[in-house]
Amino acid sequence: MPVDGELTIQPATPDAPGPEAPAAIRVQDLHKAFRIPTQRVDSLKERAVHPFASREYRELHALDGVSFEIRQGEFFGIVGRNGSGKSTLLKLLASIYRADSGRIQIAGRLAPFIELGVGFNQELTARENVILNGVMMGLTPKEVRERQDAVIDFAELHDFADLKLKNFSSGMLVRLAFSVMLEADADILLIDEVLAVGDASFQQKCADAFHQMKTEGKTIVLVTHDMNSVEEYCHRALLLADGKVQFIGDPAEAGRDYLKLNFEAGGVSPTGLGGGQSDGARLLECLVVDESGSEATGVESRTNIRVRTKVELQRETAAAVHVGFVITNADGLGIFEFGQLMDPAEQAESFAAGRRFTLTAEIENRLAPGRYFVHIGVTSADGISAYAENAATFVVFGGPKTNGIVSPAVEFEVESTGSPS
Amino acid sequence: MSTTARPVAELREVQGPSALGGGWRRFFDLLWLISVTEFKRVYFGTVLGYLWSLIRPLILFGVLLFVFTQIFKIGSDLVEHYAVMLLLGIVLYTFFQEATSNSVTSVVAQEGVVRKTQFPRLVIPLATVVTAGFNLLLNLVIVLVFVLAFGVSPAWTWLLFPIALVFLFVGAAGMSMALSALYVRFRDTAIIWVVVSQVLLYLTPILYPVDAFESSTKERLLMVNPLAVIFEQVRVWILHEPQAPTALEAAGGWLGLLPAAIIYFGVCIYGMWYFNREAPRIAEAL
Repeated sequence: MPVDGELTIQPATPDAPGPEAPAAIRVQDLHKAFRIPTQRVDSLKERAVHPFASREYRELHALDGVSFEIRQGEFFGIVGRNGSGKSTLLKLLASIYRADSGRIQIAGRLAPFIELGVGFNQELTARENVILNGVMMGLTPKEVRERQDAVIDFAELHDFADLKLKNFSSGMLVRLAFSVMLEADADILLIDEVLAVGDASFQQKCADAFHQMKTEGKTIVLVTHDMNSVEEYCHRALLLADGKVQFIGDPAEAGRDYLKLNFEAGGVSPTGLGGGQSDGARLLECLVVDESGSEATGVESRTNIRVRTKVELQRETAAAVHVGFVITNADGLGIFEFGQLMDPAEQAESFAAGRRFTLTAEIENRLAPGRYFVHIGVTSADGISAYAENAATFVVFGGPKTNGIVSPAVEFEVESTGSPS
Repeated sequence: MSTTARPVAELREVQGPSALGGGWRRFFDLLWLISVTEFKRVYFGTVLGYLWSLIRPLILFGVLLFVFTQIFKIGSDLVEHYAVMLLLGIVLYTFFQEATSNSVTSVVAQEGVVRKTQFPRLVIPLATVVTAGFNLLLNLVIVLVFVLAFGVSPAWTWLLFPIALVFLFVGAAGMSMALSALYVRFRDTAIIWVVVSQVLLYLTPILYPVDAFESSTKERLLMVNPLAVIFEQVRVWILHEPQAPTALEAAGGWLGLLPAAIIYFGVCIYGMWYFNREAPRIAEAL
């Protein structure tokens, strides 16, 4: 979320409630599975024709034993990749879905704010929508009527209160939606990535409102992709992965874990070793590995990259064999290359057919965060060749954001070389 | 917003979504508010507003009146106030059809709200019934004018009319609950209901009086339809014609009313039960 520099959100940490604070939300061993029919039956006709056909389904476990506790007055972040189950968790907390098993306990009134302007009716005026939404969020009609002017004033829509919503600009809608959320005056606010709303002055207003809610001791649960806002606002954060709690605690740490997860599962896959043409040699393996030698998909910024390759010669050769590597970024731009020459003369007359080599290269990592590909070529003077493009891929994660594709170590030497006088 | 410290709230169990969740008070507040705003929207939303909801039954009335008094002549021969009976029947049936057919797709049409907010689900189909009810009440005022204009004299039995209205309303509500929940799963519910409600129109003594059959077996068969029972009784109460059989007479005794009662209460209870069962999962099925 782009937060303007001028925003004056107070840092979250100083007033974080301690572990002795009473619980606002307690979730115990929550399970939720969705049944996805292998063949969906959408009509009574189909059901009548195939009475048993639809009974097959596979289960998707969106949440698998999730437990956590949020303390009263806490600003709590829930992060996770798409499909990690965070939306499901949010909807369970908001009583939109029903859990399969497990307990959810909530102290006080909870106002979900899942999407801007949900339940707004385009055909009604702003004022009517304010009343309707207020009642939906659990206020009595009397309470809403008392507050409606304050809500419309907060949204800066005083002149448009009796205009139909369909004539509103998106900015006006957003302001109205945000004001309505504040109107509910709930003890717990459940917010799904809606902070980046409105123009700068309204953002400031929202920031003030959040701050106000914090000082009032309200509990705020923020569900988002955006690690910046989590680190900025939240006291604690929960990282969900595959329906399980991966991490809970310090937002910065949750952020790092999240980025790592995010890149590891990035959609690009290497072509592997099958694609290239070969003559006289065969590539058996090409992997990016960690220190223990097992396959890794991510490499932390500034820690060495290890690439392990296995090559098998398929005919005898007396010539030296070169194994070369090129590293490219996701756009296919070559960044650097390296290689190793293996000369049979050092050991014997020649390499026999069937001879195998395992090479592990350790490379100093000066790459900027992002995705990279490894390409291999095996060649010799007597015509052996084997190539594999996109043989392996890895992600460099962590580290500061940077322009460009490399982040070399830089040292400055600064000395005064003269003064104006 | 106040800055006073809040009392420490107790942890409460969260039950998840349901048909009625959130307390009766909130349920009725929401039901009333949604119905009224929807009614106002239709009423003030278009140029002719309310007229549209009147014109449709009136045109149907005009056409049928012409057909059955000028061409077939069955109406005017059998019933003294055929036009009034026809109009009353059409207006009441229009309510039933409007309420049920609007509610079929109502839950799915409100998809955004159902999937993203927490509130008692039952409000959605019931609001369409209540909105149709407002229309009915307005239309009944017009009917009253016709009734008096055609020379039907007021009688004490008119006071019983609200009983029929309550039965009709509850029946429409039960049907709406079942239909809207079924539609979430089975999308051909809408098409099936169009056909069924079309057939029901002819299986209810609206265009013809029950006594047109001149066969007590057929009369009894007709009284299996709960709507027929209600409509026939309305005719007796409002038109108070001596030759018109009451629903009880047409059915041939209390035993004859049993099938209609079973169907009526069956639909209501099933609708309530089925909607209640489906409510927690509606958001997922959409």
